[in-house]
Amino acid sequence: MFIGATAALLVAMALTLIRAFAGPTLFDRVLAVNSFGTKTVLLIGALGFLTDRPEFLDIALLYALVNFIGTIAVLKFFRYRNLGLSSAESADREEID
Amino acid sequence: MGAEMITIVNIVLLTMLCFSAVAIMLLRHLFAVAALTGAFSLLSAGLLVALDAVDVAFTEAAVGGGISTVLMLGTLALTQRREHRPPRFSLPALLVVIATGGALIYATSDMPAYGDPNAPALQHVVPVYIEGSRNDIGVPNIVTSILASYRGYDTLGEVAVIFTAGIGVMFLLGRRREDEDDEGMVRHGPGNDPESSEPEETAS
Repeated sequence: MFIGATAALLVAMALTLIRAFAGPTLFDRVLAVNSFGTKTVLLIGALGFLTDRPEFLDIALLYALVNFIGTIAVLKFFRYRNLGLSSAESADREEID
Repeated sequence: MGAEMITIVNIVLLTMLCFSAVAIMLLRHLFAVAALTGAFSLLSAGLLVALDAVDVAFTEAAVGGGISTVLMLGTLALTQRREHRPPRFSLPALLVVIATGGALIYATSDMPAYGDPNAPALQHVVPVYIEGSRNDIGVPNIVTSILASYRGYDTLGEVAVIFTAGIGVMFLLGRRREDEDDEGMVRHGPGNDPESSEPEETAS
């Protein structure tokens, strides 16, 4: 069962990677990279169970956190063209823009 | 069955790694490149997990997938978002790259097999560490006893280097914030109040 899950995850990873390469708009790429990170997390979990070492789940959790931070940074840059502003200043600029 | 599957997973992950590297080279839109490098780091971290190098995978995920993506985006915010011109094709450079790659691939034929206990790297001091770790140091984890005791001065030096680098980065970033007050806001457009633009959180 884990073998099937791993194979399916690899196929899904390849598909999202293709979308990240080809994506016509930037949103496509961001979304593809984000879901690619999720697939990586799942793959590491499945690999852990495949090799009878489910301790790898800890690493999968770390990946999930890191992926989240990266996506937040990408989207904040996308919206405000800047990473250094605090949220209150960002809200100010949103009204101005 | 599990071992074969791991081999297949390794092959597939390496293939995707190659494809994403080529895509990063070909793309001219730097924002997409920054996003793809994050995917590249996650891929290589997954590959390292499959190779049982879990600690390296941790570092790769945190540094490559997390921090460097943010740093690259910060750089993009300060510069421009498109690569200027596509680099010219250069035959000598291609020849040098092919020669170096060929030499490296040729050198791998001399490497011992993966996990071979008779490899030269495992014959020198490793038996001493494995034999003496429990009695000499008293730490059950061999990696910890090597890092913290057998090579304790080495680790102390590394920590000093990283600490110095951190201090340097803090000084650089702190200075950048102070003199950005005037110039930075003009560029971002009208209507911003310069007084409220920069929080004074940097330690003096």
